[in-house]
Amino acid sequence: MSKIHVTATVNGDSVEFLADPRETLLDALRDHLGLIGSKEGCGTGDCGACSVLLDGRLVSACLVLGVEAEGHEIETIEGMAGPDGTLHPLQRKFIEHAALQCGFCTPGFLVASKALLAKTPDPTEEEVRYWLAGNLCRCTGYDKIIRAVMDAAAEMRGAA
Amino acid sequence: MAKDEMNPAFKLIGTRVLRPDGLDKVTGRARYGADFAAPGMLFGAAVRSPHAHARIKRIDATRALALDGVKAVVTRADFPTGLTGEDWNLQENCMAGDVALYDGHAVAAVAATSALLAQDAAKLIEVEYEPLPHVTDVDDAIKPDAPAIRPGAADHSVPDGMPPNVVRYFEFGHGDLDAGFAEADIVRAQTYRTEATHQGYIEPQACVGQLGADGKGEMWVTTQGQWYVRWMCAAVLGLETAQLRVTPSEIGGGFGGKTTVFIEPLSLALSRKAGGKPVKLVMSRSDVLRATGPTASASMDVKIGMKADGTMTAGRAEFRMQGGAFPGSPLNEALECAFAAYKLPAVEHIGHEVLANRPKAAAYRAPGAPMAAFAVESLVDEIARELGLDPIAVRLKNAVREGDRSSYGPRYKSIGLVETLEAAKAHANYAAPLGPNQGRGVATGYWFNHNGDTSVSMAIAEDGTAQVSVGTPDIGGSRASLGLMVAETLGIPYEHVRVNVVETGALGINEPSHGSRATFASGKAAVIATEQAIAEMCRRAAAEWGIEPEAVDWVEGAAQPAGPNAGKFPPMKIAEIAGQMSSTGGPIAGHYEGLPEGVGASFGTHVVDVEVDPETGRTTILRYLVVQDAGRAIHPAYVEGQFQGGAAQGIGWALNEAYIYGEDGRLQNAGFLDYRIPVACDLPMIDTVIVEVPNPGHPYGVRGVGETGITPPLPAVANAIAAATGARLRRLPMNPPAVLAAIKAVRGG
Amino acid sequence: MHYHTPASFEEAVRIAASAGGVTRFLAGGTDVLVQLRAGAVTPDDLIDLKHIPGVHDIAATPQGGWRIGVAVSGAELGEHAALKRDWPGVVEAMELVGSTQVQGRATLTGNLCNGSPAADSVPALVAAGARVAVTGPQGSREMAVEQVPTGPGKTALGPGDLITAITLPPRGAGGGDAYQRFIPRTEMDIAVVGCAVNLTLEGDVITQARVALGAVAPTVMLVPEAAEAIISTTLDSDALEALVKVARSAARPISDKRGTAEFRTDIAGVLARRVAELAYARAKGRAK
Repeated sequence: MSKIHVTATVNGDSVEFLADPRETLLDALRDHLGLIGSKEGCGTGDCGACSVLLDGRLVSACLVLGVEAEGHEIETIEGMAGPDGTLHPLQRKFIEHAALQCGFCTPGFLVASKALLAKTPDPTEEEVRYWLAGNLCRCTGYDKIIRAVMDAAAEMRGAA
Repeated sequence: MAKDEMNPAFKLIGTRVLRPDGLDKVTGRARYGADFAAPGMLFGAAVRSPHAHARIKRIDATRALALDGVKAVVTRADFPTGLTGEDWNLQENCMAGDVALYDGHAVAAVAATSALLAQDAAKLIEVEYEPLPHVTDVDDAIKPDAPAIRPGAADHSVPDGMPPNVVRYFEFGHGDLDAGFAEADIVRAQTYRTEATHQGYIEPQACVGQLGADGKGEMWVTTQGQWYVRWMCAAVLGLETAQLRVTPSEIGGGFGGKTTVFIEPLSLALSRKAGGKPVKLVMSRSDVLRATGPTASASMDVKIGMKADGTMTAGRAEFRMQGGAFPGSPLNEALECAFAAYKLPAVEHIGHEVLANRPKAAAYRAPGAPMAAFAVESLVDEIARELGLDPIAVRLKNAVREGDRSSYGPRYKSIGLVETLEAAKAHANYAAPLGPNQGRGVATGYWFNHNGDTSVSMAIAEDGTAQVSVGTPDIGGSRASLGLMVAETLGIPYEHVRVNVVETGALGINEPSHGSRATFASGKAAVIATEQAIAEMCRRAAAEWGIEPEAVDWVEGAAQPAGPNAGKFPPMKIAEIAGQMSSTGGPIAGHYEGLPEGVGASFGTHVVDVEVDPETGRTTILRYLVVQDAGRAIHPAYVEGQFQGGAAQGIGWALNEAYIYGEDGRLQNAGFLDYRIPVACDLPMIDTVIVEVPNPGHPYGVRGVGETGITPPLPAVANAIAAATGARLRRLPMNPPAVLAAIKAVRGG
Repeated sequence: MHYHTPASFEEAVRIAASAGGVTRFLAGGTDVLVQLRAGAVTPDDLIDLKHIPGVHDIAATPQGGWRIGVAVSGAELGEHAALKRDWPGVVEAMELVGSTQVQGRATLTGNLCNGSPAADSVPALVAAGARVAVTGPQGSREMAVEQVPTGPGKTALGPGDLITAITLPPRGAGGGDAYQRFIPRTEMDIAVVGCAVNLTLEGDVITQARVALGAVAPTVMLVPEAAEAIISTTLDSDALEALVKVARSAARPISDKRGTAEFRTDIAGVLARRVAELAYARAKGRAK
């Protein structure tokens, strides 16, 4: 089975990889680009652990083929902190609010929450909960995650 | 940090410090099971039975092995024979022998140079099956004419004449049951059923295994217990246990489901056959649901006698449980927890363990206790409602206290059931107004908590910082709580302690992070180890000062003379002692190996308000309150997190989660689409009250908090639905079709 | 598997026609990739339509309706204020498909071509009177949306046929549409029952209506009797009661892991009433 050469931009860097057309964008990120922060919890778009931004749009990387990334911009959890490692307010608030237990779903929640706050800087609790319905967490009961997102939103509005 | 919550006796215990692994986990750097790669690694895939029960007539891997890049295929023929007992069960569950016992049972595995190639090769392995009659439901499996799944599997406890799938039978209790029921004003008996549910950890099982012809092996794996993986793999493969080294990754949830092995022995077997190359195996979500351990399903008869004033006079529980095609369902635990909250003069428990064509049950958070609570706490509520009694008042009237004999035998030491009931009663949620179609439910729950084999070592670094090596993987923040306890004991800043979860070569054996034991057992062990190091530092200071070691105290991170008679020396700080250790006697460390005594049991009380749509039967959780005795909350935020997570899992079990098997015995909902765990918008904020009745058996009063929280939600939600609708559901899940049917039944609609 | 990125529908049709094995068209991919992952369908040829000009566009038609490209995602539909104002039921139906992440990829056309009787957007499209443009080896044609699905996983599209756009008719004055589904959770489930109602008012009286039900038959179904039950009424309690009855008697559901036949029949009536009330309120301008 012949592989296809793909050029894309990931977290601001131009990258190239060879993809079997059956491989997902998630496979490409994890196995070809060494970006293991996006997780596979289901492979069927039901858990959100592989959430990434594709041209700024929130998607599940398991529901995009690697070859579909050609020419597109992708942002993953690895691109969320600043170049000097300064954490995004969401990342900081997740730690402060104990919004993670096992941490496996955390990258997906952070990427999805970032997409929410870009679109809706002042969300209600209900809006946060519905936006994040596709991000499953089995540890926390969501309480502290929702609080962390709301608190980060408040801080970002104040800082803006 | 939130010092307001802090016990004034402590500097650090009870503060909400940042977890040490937080940065790695919010940046995507943390490495979980599937994130590990080894040079020259191959990728594996398993072939799984599509039949619930089938004789394996033939396995032909010729076509798979002919593919370029396919390196090895293993079947049961590649595993040693002659295993017995649980070793055989593990081996049989990891790889079917003559008969596939459930849909998803592994029958072969293949290793190749890429994951896609391994999957392609797996499809080319031909397996010829002869389907056999199957049974998946617990009540069907116990029928005398049910298909016999494993003739001869019953143990000596099963009386003659029992149905063929009953493999274990037992009775226990105390008091005069007949007299107890005769004394009651009201005696009620009902049957309750719970369906199997899955732990639902978001991270599928994953490992990289490497095994050479010399019998030495390495494994990197997501697990709750690296030593369990080691002995289980060694047993299944006939290896010498100490020749295998197991390194745990970060773990993406376990809840009991990662205390055993499934794919791990397969990766080692494939590696050995492929000349010792490492082999990576990662389960799909469908594999996880079909073939890793869900919990048992249960069918439970409960009978309770009560006086008109609410005094319980007798209780009887007869439970039937299936935990798949293997013994090991949590029947004892279920029955022991059933009446644990109640002071009962007479109680009887009877258990039947039954085999069915389902995967081997694994532990799931307080194994057995949620089912038992569903049955008993529902019936207590039914009777209280009939008698017009307040549900908390009834429970307070019968609540066990320190010194009382438990329903399962031992006398309780210090416990906090009454305190949780009082706190629930006093909480604003218990007085919140309810609207139409809304109802409130209350239930209590119990878990023993556990100690287990524990080894910990700690050592002082050259600059006076400290490292702690523990064997209990950190599932929910235990490195933070262990770091707090060690820092508190040493009298140094929390940030000066690093807690490492280490591989099997670094310590004596440890049980997994199960039984709510990590903060209790590794915590107690770490404190004891730290006290050894402190004693050594006091000796070093004493030698320097030329006084007796007994004349040195350890205060706020420094050695100091115990009193004016000991001598007049300025305090010698830990950094000073540490900096000189090479010239004062060498390394300073402490360690603990043993079974930490003093486990403290834990009770919880939950209060839930629901609204039920009378036209669709859909239940909305309006408010949820968890009150639980933590003993002492070392890190309150992670204690709350355990309460909230347990409640959420219990709500899922109550409302929508269930294993659905078709007539063909195949699992119909092997994915997160139809195995419906709660999503963010299904739940409200989950209120918590941490009750602290310190456990005298732990240096900081810890009981363990992980498990009790999943126990009350099942009956609490059922009781709330009954209050909202007048319809009593005695079978889980209470999904909309079930609730609507129950509403129609009571309304004659 | 061979991956193709044709630059025109004609080229896509040619590739499909010359392909020997299993062919799939790829737009959002939220069904195709799941089938691929499960090993249920591994196409020999996968034809990605997203490089064809116009497939990402939502365009007003000269008649005053809307033409929606086959690669327009649910999220893009939801962000299109004018379309949402005209056809809130269609947009809300599509927005119920999957998670926010799935919304970033999933398309109306894909939801239709997947052939699921439980597809959320399809009852809304049917009720709206949407049509599809089809191109294939036999040339181009138009079809009503309700003619596309023929059974679970099956459609009236022949080998090599593909949908090139979906067209919604002009909304017109006094109109309102709505869609709701019943699921056990609040999100992330497949519809146990879905119902869409599209109606037009003159004053308080319903002059035209279309009612469609999902997940209660092998295909999404248009239920003309349900429309008749409310046409020429003011959606008073008698009309609603008649609607509930008709919806329930039209339902021919099965029992499966997502719900029993009895439950689905019951809910079909409940939803028909709730959705009709919402559509009516929207038509009256009383609700968004």
